[in-house]
Amino acid sequence: MSADSPGTISRDEVAHLARLARLAVTDAELDLFAGQLDVILGAVARVGEVAADDIPPTSHAVPLQNVFRADERRPSLSQEQVLAGAPAAEDGRFRVPRILDDEPPMGSSLTEGEPA
Amino acid sequence: MTEELTRLSAAALAAKVHSREVSAVEVARAHLDRIAAVDGAVHAFLHVGADSALAAAGRVDAALAAGEAPASPLAGVPLALKDVFTTADMPTTCGSRILEGWRPPYDATVTARLRAAGVPILGKTNMDEFAMGSSTEHSAYGPTRNPWDTGRIPGGSGGGSAASLAAFEAPLAIGTDTGGSIRQPAAMTGTVGVKPTYGGVSRYGLVACASSLDQAGPCARTVLDAALLHTVIAGYDPLDSTSIDAPVPDVVAAVREGASGDLAGVRVGVVSELGGEGYQPGVERAYRAAVQRLEKLGAEVVEVSCPHFQYGLAAYYLILPSEVSSNLARFDAMRYGLRVDPGGASAEEVMALTREAGFGPEVKRRIILGTYALSSGYYDAYYGQAQKVRTLIARDFAAAFAQADVLVSPTAPTTAFPLGDKLDDPLAMYLNDLATIPTNLAGVAAMSVPCGLAEEDGLPVGLQVMAPALGEAAMYRVGAAYEAARDADDRDDARAPLIQRVPNLEVHA
Amino acid sequence: MTAPTLVDYDEVVERFDPVLGLEVHVELSTVTKMFCGCATGFGAEPNTQVCPTCLGLPGALPVVNRAAVESAIRIGLALNCTIVPWGRFARKNYFYPDMPKNFQTSQYDEPIAVQGYLDVPLDDGTTVRVEIERAHMEEDTGKSLHVGGATGRIQGAEYSLLDYNRAGVPLIEIVTKPVVGTGARAPEVARAYVTALRDLLRALGVSDVRMDQGSLRCDANVSLMPKGATEFGTRTETKNVNSLRSVERAVRYEMTRQAGVLLAGGTVVQETRHFQEAGGTTAAGRRKETAEDYRYFPEPDLVPIAPPAEWVEELRGTLPELPWERRRRVQADWGLSDAELRDLVNAGALDLIADTVAAGAPPAEARSWWVSYLAQQANVRGVELVGLPITPVQVARVVALVASGALTTGLARQVVDGVLAGEGDPDAVVERRGLAVVADEGALVAAVDAALAAQPDVAAKIRGGKVAAAGAIVGAVMKATKGRADAKQVRELVLQRLLP
Repeated sequence: MSADSPGTISRDEVAHLARLARLAVTDAELDLFAGQLDVILGAVARVGEVAADDIPPTSHAVPLQNVFRADERRPSLSQEQVLAGAPAAEDGRFRVPRILDDEPPMGSSLTEGEPA
Repeated sequence: MTEELTRLSAAALAAKVHSREVSAVEVARAHLDRIAAVDGAVHAFLHVGADSALAAAGRVDAALAAGEAPASPLAGVPLALKDVFTTADMPTTCGSRILEGWRPPYDATVTARLRAAGVPILGKTNMDEFAMGSSTEHSAYGPTRNPWDTGRIPGGSGGGSAASLAAFEAPLAIGTDTGGSIRQPAAMTGTVGVKPTYGGVSRYGLVACASSLDQAGPCARTVLDAALLHTVIAGYDPLDSTSIDAPVPDVVAAVREGASGDLAGVRVGVVSELGGEGYQPGVERAYRAAVQRLEKLGAEVVEVSCPHFQYGLAAYYLILPSEVSSNLARFDAMRYGLRVDPGGASAEEVMALTREAGFGPEVKRRIILGTYALSSGYYDAYYGQAQKVRTLIARDFAAAFAQADVLVSPTAPTTAFPLGDKLDDPLAMYLNDLATIPTNLAGVAAMSVPCGLAEEDGLPVGLQVMAPALGEAAMYRVGAAYEAARDADDRDDARAPLIQRVPNLEVHA
Repeated sequence: MTAPTLVDYDEVVERFDPVLGLEVHVELSTVTKMFCGCATGFGAEPNTQVCPTCLGLPGALPVVNRAAVESAIRIGLALNCTIVPWGRFARKNYFYPDMPKNFQTSQYDEPIAVQGYLDVPLDDGTTVRVEIERAHMEEDTGKSLHVGGATGRIQGAEYSLLDYNRAGVPLIEIVTKPVVGTGARAPEVARAYVTALRDLLRALGVSDVRMDQGSLRCDANVSLMPKGATEFGTRTETKNVNSLRSVERAVRYEMTRQAGVLLAGGTVVQETRHFQEAGGTTAAGRRKETAEDYRYFPEPDLVPIAPPAEWVEELRGTLPELPWERRRRVQADWGLSDAELRDLVNAGALDLIADTVAAGAPPAEARSWWVSYLAQQANVRGVELVGLPITPVQVARVVALVASGALTTGLARQVVDGVLAGEGDPDAVVERRGLAVVADEGALVAAVDAALAAQPDVAAKIRGGKVAAAGAIVGAVMKATKGRADAKQVRELVLQRLLP
């Protein structure tokens, strides 16, 4: 995706974003959303009118910092509670469909064949 | 008798229960009966927890019978909880298909505090899906209707909580406010709604919409009831890193002070940018009259300018969708909630099919918008710039609060609009939150107090009162003073109090 | 897929300069996770160390573990980094079933420690300085178990099973700046760096640093540029490098593979590769259609971390002696030759011995235990010495029990066996197995008399002056007491009984 012409969004871009966001949108939705998002983006692009080069961004409304907890255990849930809402479970674990993407970005070395 | 109980304020109910004139069980049952009678027409509730509410009320009665002091000033007064808080004994759906039937294994901090205070929870109220919307029409379980006119919306996202109050189904309710979701429904239903300072009420167990903007708060029919409920739910929670570790302002004392009717020495700032063009004439007139009423009470009214508020809506609709796109990523069919599995599909496909089926159109729009705003090529122009606008809006507030103790504006530009009116025009829907959004961006406190009915449609109008962070006492004081004066005027003019003028709903016995 | 053309290593380093970049993930050994109060222990029943927060349940919120921040700061200080005065966590957004929230909370773009270095000792006694880009905090993912298919691997699996016990365990990622100018020694430098880092982290006491259990993981970035060039070549990132030896092999293999590609006129593809332990090779992962865009933004559920200077200085005061400096000191104290020292280091015994000495054991005894009996046990079990389930403190206790006469050397080995078998501390093993030396002289005398009575001929020989024959009686007594007697004491008793 390129950064040119902010404030407009194409149907293809919406399709790409939906894939990134794991939404299997229909063609009809793509048509609808592309039009609506274009209007919305036109409105929100107004933030660009503000001269704010020297203004620090605010990520948190209340200026707190250094909020920590002590390294002390709190009760965990039971395995039964953990799995109670699971769509599928097996052997104390969540059962999920086969994972197509074999490369988690974390690249953990132990995702395969953990000694049971 | 039963009908009478549902018409009382929370403070009056508490007095009757604590003096053992009526039992908490009778009070809970009266409200459950009312829900059974009218909720078919209103649809404020997604789930009614009759058994657990009666059991909680029974425990209050037993404690009082044993000579114990009430667990809180609201012990025995039942409440409607927005379905965005986790409850271990009731489903939590956030108005979404994707969480249909989900039973959380834990209570939110707000839920736990209500239980500890002896407040029976009648049920979970309807809302726009994941609190995204201004009409409650974006609930996957059908809209809530406004008790003032069931052809109209009750506001949103917390339309269920506000409508439950106006329909006398509950004397108290809890809402959440990300851009106006407590205050705008309060304005639309003639009730009181408070968005506390960001960090004032714990967000632990509040299913996030936009984490940096969300704030839970009390909803009630009177300012005093809101203050009593505020005191029960507010305060530091070590489970929420953004929770403020400071004493809760004494809002109940502030209400009593305000109700005395004297606002001498209080400076009220009228925000020039909030009002005028785009505001319904009846709203504008009711608002101006309310400002004059405050002046008559002795307040010094000053005009203040907040030049960056005009960019608030744009900044909000970049920050909120960005956070939403990340917060709602966890709904992926792997660990809980809906799973759409056509058989033989991969995890990636199941995630996409489930999210497609489980989320409604408004949620999908905002997820896509947020995904866009955070993308590497656009981050600086959109999300980054919106965060800078946020700084400027906070500075506008700081400058305004140097001139005034509280700020006022209309809560919403219009009264309640007909169902379906803005459903196909998202931007028109967003404009409803024009006046409420700046406070969320800056994290300051605000409330909506009913200020009469609009002349042209006879529907309620809300007066918004805003205060600096942790400045809730001044806000409650002004709200209570205005409310007392408004009720006195109604008495003088031989009118029923505003909230009692809600038309009678068709009752199903 | 055709097999890659590999270039002879001497030719590789004659024609190219390698550039390394090493990313090490360290799991901290805090009691609880990064953002919640769940335990971090390895090997618990699946999904029993999880709560609403680390399971990413709707509504749950994170709170930062202070001990994890302290570990991060201490690691940063030990790596000579600047501790950043203000920084935030960010969300790294991507969908993967082992990520409960589908975003990872990470300090990716505002790390707590930046711009440091580590002086890495090499085998020949020289050191090389590796510059550190940053060290930052983040959280680990859950673990997947792939079911169906032939190999238990992800490819071809029918479905997967997820355990989130590891999700949310604190991780520190330590990233080097490009390491240039190491030439032919690049693979050795890579290994030496990870070794030094491991030793340092162990000395800091912040992690188990077990590569075999995944508490220390290394990703190796390697690129080649023509000799004398200054512009870096295209790099590959090799993951799944699970031992120190593999770090060296993976770097060496990538150098020869990339050289083959370049010398054939090809271009190196920027990609993730996986180290294959069996053949010592690397293999390309599945190529992504589009580059990932993680859409980082500041984590709104956590507030900034701004470590006060006093806190940082207080933590600086807790830094231990550097492991290699301690080695030099120990070498002098114990009078070891360079060769002896190297043997101890290579066996992974030096720090263990030093810790055993620090726990009160005489150096000779401590050394003897680790290089002989315990080394044999490690060998039998196929683990590194440090992987044995016995601590230097426990070994020191065994040594003390021997010194006090409560144990014989033979009994002491049985006690160590008990500790290795998970029966608890030495004293508990002594108690449970009943291994204390028979100190009651009356009981010993009775045993000696019984042995003499059973072997009258031997008794007669001893009486006749053949003192050496006492060994047979001692042996019988030792057998009768199941080794719980002190042989020297038994021998004295035998002689006392027969030679007034």
